[in-house]
Amino acid sequence: MAINNETLQQQLIKDLIIESNEGLDRLDHELLALEKGSGHPDAFNIIFRVIHTIKGTAGCIGLGKIEAVAHVGENLLSLLRDEKLKLSLPMIAALLAYSDALKEMMRSLEQTGQEGARDYSPLLEKLKQLQTGDSASVAAPAAPAAQCWGLYDDEPAAPEKTVPAAAEKAAPVVPAKTAPAKAAPAEAPLARAGGSISDNAIRVEVGQLDRLMNLVGELVLARNQILQFTSESKEPTLLNASQRLNIITTELQESVMKTRMQPIENIWAKFPRIVRDVACDLGKQVRLVMEGNETELDRTIIEAIKDPLLHIIRNSMDHGFETPAARVAAGKPAEGVLLLRAFHEGGQVNIEISDDGDGINVGRVKQKAVEKGLVTTEAAGRMSDREAFNLIFLPGFSTAERVTNVSGRGVGMDVVKTNIEKIGGSVDILSKAGLGTTLKIKIPLTLAIIPALIVTSGGERFAIPQVSLLELVRLEVEQARKSIELLYGSAVYRLRGQLLPLIYLNRELKLKPPGAEKSSEAVQIVVVQADGRQFGMIVDEINDTEEIVVKPLSKQLKGIACFAGATIMGDGRVALILDVMGLAQYAKVISEVHDRALGDQAKKAESVGVKQSFLVFDAGRHAHMAIALSSVARLEEFPRRLVEQAGGQEVVQYRGQILPLIHVGGYLPGGAVSAPRDPMQVVVYTESGRSVGLVVEHICDIVEETLKVRLDQRRAGIAGSAVIQDKVTDLLDVPGIIRAANADFYPATKEHL
Amino acid sequence: MSQTSKQFCTFFLNDLFFGVEVLQVQEVLRCQPMTRVPLSPPTVRGLINLRGQIVTALDLRHRLELPERDAGSQPMNVVVRSDDGAVSLLVDEIGDVVEINDDVFEHPPETLRGVARELIKGVYKLKDRLLLVLDTERTLNLSTPPVHAGEQNN
Repeated sequence: MAINNETLQQQLIKDLIIESNEGLDRLDHELLALEKGSGHPDAFNIIFRVIHTIKGTAGCIGLGKIEAVAHVGENLLSLLRDEKLKLSLPMIAALLAYSDALKEMMRSLEQTGQEGARDYSPLLEKLKQLQTGDSASVAAPAAPAAQCWGLYDDEPAAPEKTVPAAAEKAAPVVPAKTAPAKAAPAEAPLARAGGSISDNAIRVEVGQLDRLMNLVGELVLARNQILQFTSESKEPTLLNASQRLNIITTELQESVMKTRMQPIENIWAKFPRIVRDVACDLGKQVRLVMEGNETELDRTIIEAIKDPLLHIIRNSMDHGFETPAARVAAGKPAEGVLLLRAFHEGGQVNIEISDDGDGINVGRVKQKAVEKGLVTTEAAGRMSDREAFNLIFLPGFSTAERVTNVSGRGVGMDVVKTNIEKIGGSVDILSKAGLGTTLKIKIPLTLAIIPALIVTSGGERFAIPQVSLLELVRLEVEQARKSIELLYGSAVYRLRGQLLPLIYLNRELKLKPPGAEKSSEAVQIVVVQADGRQFGMIVDEINDTEEIVVKPLSKQLKGIACFAGATIMGDGRVALILDVMGLAQYAKVISEVHDRALGDQAKKAESVGVKQSFLVFDAGRHAHMAIALSSVARLEEFPRRLVEQAGGQEVVQYRGQILPLIHVGGYLPGGAVSAPRDPMQVVVYTESGRSVGLVVEHICDIVEETLKVRLDQRRAGIAGSAVIQDKVTDLLDVPGIIRAANADFYPATKEHL
Repeated sequence: MSQTSKQFCTFFLNDLFFGVEVLQVQEVLRCQPMTRVPLSPPTVRGLINLRGQIVTALDLRHRLELPERDAGSQPMNVVVRSDDGAVSLLVDEIGDVVEINDDVFEHPPETLRGVARELIKGVYKLKDRLLLVLDTERTLNLSTPPVHAGEQNN
């Protein structure tokens, strides 16, 4: 029995720690909002409840010290809650120190099982003093932060001076001695009232969710296997059952994925406090603005980006922002703005961290890089600004003139980059001298189950993650002989006027060539992108796209950069997942030629402004219509018999989803739905993760044209007209047609423009 | 005096009699379909699907620098547990599980050379033959000692 009690006690302590840390973060958050004058109307209630719970639980488990400390703060808070006292700035500082003291005890409890030996009596003394109104500062009105007081105002006596000196010692974590600069509130999730969440939510251990995810992964594999079998069967009941299995598995997979999704707010919640403290330390004024708090990410990814983000923020606070005096001298407001923005785009999450500081000094970066021997003077001289910014990510680089305790030790940005790349993300820097710097991070939504293209090379199957895939090119034998050229033994292909380096996958992986490599087979090129550089992989066969479950490789195989992991295919065999980035480095298609890649990109960006690609098709009575190729996800053919009805709408099952079909002809002026041909030609249009199939009469061509649209001809379903291939062509208004056909496609909250 | 005993899962390699402690063995399997891993160390024979778990298969003959298996014969899988998940060792043939007293144990003789010196923990002197006990942890670690260190040194 004793053992049971022991484990119960441990469980209770664990729960207390988890709960308290969440609660105390919340407390910090609310206090900072109050300090700014934009507090939650119910803030004291929320804070009080947090502390009350901690006190109660700690008392139950017999953690006397935590209970005693919590108790003193509770008294002060209850007075504040009942409006018997008004909040003053010293109180905020003391309460933050108090929150730190509790966190410290929680940490100690977690690590050592003890509450810690530190003596908090000076802090408690101060809290008591504040309660009784002894301190002169208590009389000060709760300062809405708009009132002038802060680092650089001339108000001589910062109210903290009244604080007994001992209190400072007690709370070393909080820089209570410096006046708090105006810390920004987050765009606070005010709607969330304290207690109500717990009513319809339960706590689940993360390990449990991981196991669930693994099981779903297994189920997806088993489903793939069964589907492969039943696709050859003619038994209708079996077909029905396997179809249901298919749909349910997909839904289950999505739901389980959702349970692992967390809003990015979970890590951002800590940032206002950190920004405030760091700003105080550095004597800077920085307002933190956060957008897209609700953007969701898989929890493994959230974990992985936590430290890199923190590092970037500290770095930007330290090096990005000027001192208030320098800002004013430069004609900027003394208070700098640090903007965190998160949003979903194209199946990826983008996070941007921008400051409106001084920007990166290109000259100084280059000079530093040369001094540290990272590049030669000539190389530095040739570099474009963008390349120079990327020097910051080199190991051992630091532009800080001095090492501060915030950043500048020369470790960091390279680690940030490697950590983000480890999870399949990328980092990019943009900076304008005098205007500020923006770091753009792109990361995948989830790592566990990803869409991939399956190819065969040298008799083996490989999966290529869809994120690195750009396009597929098939060259017939004659065409291949003419258009694949050799430059000193390395093959290149002219893809729309650009030279695309080619690698033969089987040669790079030292696999035996299939029967006859230069046979009569057509050449299949998989165009992929790594580190902003495109290259083509020649494979023997392109099989299909599939959702694959990523499994890590064992340590015996960790050294091979070309593979990101392995997966199990529908037939139960294992296939390797290619790491396009690693393969590119292994095959030496990137690296030295890096500066060329950047040049190419700039050139391409220019040309994009002039020319655009269009898909030309016929729909209903309208011959020769077009839509921008950029809004086309895929082109498909579906036989009529696959069409099913759902909610009074025609749908097909497509890549594990239900794809609603829209007969474009019916939504065009004067168009009646003629019986569509069989198989139907479908343009798959995808936006923010949802897809529709646009059924057209006939897909004609893809053309690249200079766009001259006459928008005055706007009619139902038509966005305008342009001259394409010397013919006047109507441009399809895709969002308009989708709205007309399927009101649910666009979420009600977000008005589509 | 010390009458403690251990159980060993035994197998044959090139007519040598090997054993690993039974507690380290997850299961024993017939030959499985295998996916080759290009560019991998030669000891890695490939990946197998063990009920949804991907397991790396190591050719124990190659690891121990024994001559290659006949092209015709199919190896068996001894799946052992490790900190890094399960790993399969490819062997010629599976023997019995035997229980052996510790008092017949002896450290490998000084004359044992090459990689075997690193990978063989010791020898149990059984009635009719010797059982070589494998150090699984070292066997699974392909980086130290390098597979060919023995050849180079001698």
